[in-house]
Amino acid sequence: MADLSFVISMSVMTLFWGIVGGVVPWFIPKGPNRGVIVTMLVLTAVCCYLFWLIAILAQLNPLFGPSLSTDVILYLRYHWP
Amino acid sequence: MGALFRSEELCLVQIFLQSGSAYNCVSELGELGVVEFRDLNPHVNSFQRKFVNEVRRCEEMEKTFSDPVPSAPQPRDLLAIEEESERLATELKQVCVHSELALVNTICGNCRRKAQQVIFVYSWIFCGPSFFVAGVVHPWKVPAFERLLWRACRGYFIIEFQEMEKNPNVLETSDMTQWTVFLISFWGKTIGQKVKKICDCFHANTFFYPENTEERQELQKGLQSRIEDITQVLFQTESYLQQLLCRCVSILPQWKVCVMKCKAVHSILNMCSASVTDKCLIAEAWCPVRKLLLLQSALTEGTRRSGSIVDSFYNRLPLSSSSSPPTLFTTNSFTAVFQSLVDAYGVAKYGEVNPAAYTIVTFPFLFAVMFGDVGHGLLMVIAALWMILQNKDNKNTHFKNEMWRTVLAGRYLILSMGLFSVYTGAIYNHCFSRTLSIFPSSWHLRPMNWSDDTLRGSRFLCLDPNTTGVFRGPYPLGIDPIWHLASNHLTFLNSYKMKMSIIIGVLHMTFGICISYFNYSHSQQWFHVLLVLIPELLFMLGLFGYLVFLIIYKWLAFGPGQSDRAPSILLHFINMVLFTDNKETPPLYPGQVTHLQSVLMVVVLTSVPVLLLGRPIYLYYHHTRHQNMYLLNSLEHHSIRKQLEFDAVEVFMHQAIHTMEYCLGCISNTASYLRLWALSLAHAQLSDVLWMMVMRTSLSSRGMLGSVVLAGFFSFFALLTVSILLVMEGLSASLHTLRLHWVEFQSKFYSGTGYKFSPFSFTSITNPL
Repeated sequence: MADLSFVISMSVMTLFWGIVGGVVPWFIPKGPNRGVIVTMLVLTAVCCYLFWLIAILAQLNPLFGPSLSTDVILYLRYHWP
Repeated sequence: MGALFRSEELCLVQIFLQSGSAYNCVSELGELGVVEFRDLNPHVNSFQRKFVNEVRRCEEMEKTFSDPVPSAPQPRDLLAIEEESERLATELKQVCVHSELALVNTICGNCRRKAQQVIFVYSWIFCGPSFFVAGVVHPWKVPAFERLLWRACRGYFIIEFQEMEKNPNVLETSDMTQWTVFLISFWGKTIGQKVKKICDCFHANTFFYPENTEERQELQKGLQSRIEDITQVLFQTESYLQQLLCRCVSILPQWKVCVMKCKAVHSILNMCSASVTDKCLIAEAWCPVRKLLLLQSALTEGTRRSGSIVDSFYNRLPLSSSSSPPTLFTTNSFTAVFQSLVDAYGVAKYGEVNPAAYTIVTFPFLFAVMFGDVGHGLLMVIAALWMILQNKDNKNTHFKNEMWRTVLAGRYLILSMGLFSVYTGAIYNHCFSRTLSIFPSSWHLRPMNWSDDTLRGSRFLCLDPNTTGVFRGPYPLGIDPIWHLASNHLTFLNSYKMKMSIIIGVLHMTFGICISYFNYSHSQQWFHVLLVLIPELLFMLGLFGYLVFLIIYKWLAFGPGQSDRAPSILLHFINMVLFTDNKETPPLYPGQVTHLQSVLMVVVLTSVPVLLLGRPIYLYYHHTRHQNMYLLNSLEHHSIRKQLEFDAVEVFMHQAIHTMEYCLGCISNTASYLRLWALSLAHAQLSDVLWMMVMRTSLSSRGMLGSVVLAGFFSFFALLTVSILLVMEGLSASLHTLRLHWVEFQSKFYSGTGYKFSPFSFTSITNPL
């Protein structure tokens, strides 16, 4: 169950940024700005994917959990599933 | 690749301009704006150049145009402009003189009229024969005048003064002051002589005054008609002057432009050298290779316009190693701002890789890592879109303020920064410091099974990920929303952000080192790739690449089950570098200390001397081999041997400095990337405080009064958000990003010692904006 959500999110993001950085550059029409646009797409894909990846890897195996105050716990008990 | 990757190819051309058509050819080139001329007479004084007279004439004409009412310059017959301006100037001067004369006459007339009015009073009083003297005197001399007259004539006279109304000034040249009319009546001739002498003394203008009434009336009528005539003349003169000036105003801007162009062309012609036969001028210029055809067509057009038969042509010269061409990047309005960011540090050398191509994405991305808020990012995007739309309608004529124009020029930069900030804000889960729960949180409370007593007993309770069901997989997009509600959220976030900064920093710097490969391959320095690039890469990746590996390994391998024995990465790293082995810190993986780390340290430590000595030794060996070759044919190659003179000490020192700078820089630059963590923390905390202190207190007020209070507080909140969080934090984050690019990224491959290609074009001269 937990693994499934992780696998889904991982594959969706990888696919999305993979398309942006690997597939879309082939469809940019030839012109004086083609090089710049392709560079921009590849760099954006790499940066954004990396940023998301770091965020999810940091939370994969938490070494400690959040420390909540009792008010918050009481609130969350009834409002969050 | 694209035009932004490397400078456009430029070549040196020698242009042969026939003397007849030289002026026209150069003006055609100026209209086109394609070439940059080189000064072929650098050691010639500007007063000794060939076309110095023409330049001087143009400058004199420019001075004339700057004066709104010209004072008749000495004309030299050069162009129709000069003739016309001279004509206009003389006309204006004549008009001035005439109006001056007319004015003086008017004064006299007015004075006499006034005097007539005074006389009518006195003609009733005196019965005996009296003599009259009428005149005008300056008002400030009146008391002294009167006193002197009184003392001289012992009171046997009557004097009457009358002020005159002020006449409007037309020119500054005529001295228009107020005059006072006086009329003296006296008996006796001796008094008359005294009075006349005193009048002369005081520089008072006297007028003829008739004795009897009829003559006076005749005189008055005559004066009246004369005054009318002269007023008429004045009026017509003024309208004519107005016409003249209007014509000037309409033609003056064109003339200014013409004279500027003429002067520019002549200064370019000054830079050319005369050929041996003196029939044509030779100019040297830098021209982009793909514009060479345009150059030829401009030359033919110029030749055709001057009506000469012989064509001007160009000849392409090979590039010598002594002079390097200027750098040209063709940018559009989007890429121009990023290019200017890089150029502010230093213009790229010809043939060097241009970092601006990558700055287009990395600058907004690193800014967004430090800014990271969806709400603030959206505000930036809206502001940027407004600026872009403003600029599309009226092209930069609307705003005159200097600072505002600078901000407008960076509208695309602000747009991309805003878009990236929205993305990083979504990952950080910050929207005006509030978290968004798009997906349900991964941390669950119920499996903890806390009883009410436990809750009442303690203030803070910690969720334990070891209990099954509490933690169900990582949050799919970004940081889990529960962390914002926790009291120990900074402990988690700091660790996450610091590691993220190091990873991004190491990758950014490695990217920079890899770019230097393209520089070496372009200049065919293959041995430098082996002797400089590889050791640099090994040093960086061996130390900090391994650190990144440790971070990721710890994230993947150590979970809640091993949380009591999770080792500290920093301690391991320090132990690795110092070659110590602390038994208390458990290894991350088996074989860590003995095998992998020692191998890495050996590799790193050997790469340092290779970096230090490799290149100088290679250059020295290369030089001695060439010297031996030239010694065999020593007679012809004396001059070449001088060029190959090799200063061994300088090369070794240079390489030593480079090595030290690189190695120490690696460590300090990696730590410098921690500012990504610092600024994002500051931004998050600032927006959090603003929310807590301002909006939260206002949202808790209730009722009708509460809504009014809320409106007031919200405006305060909005003001502080824009001024502190958007403007101040935005500027601060931009500055830090700029520093990261200029120092940490560009120092790995960029030299920035070139100069910009500035073509000779009339548009840059006439609109210096």
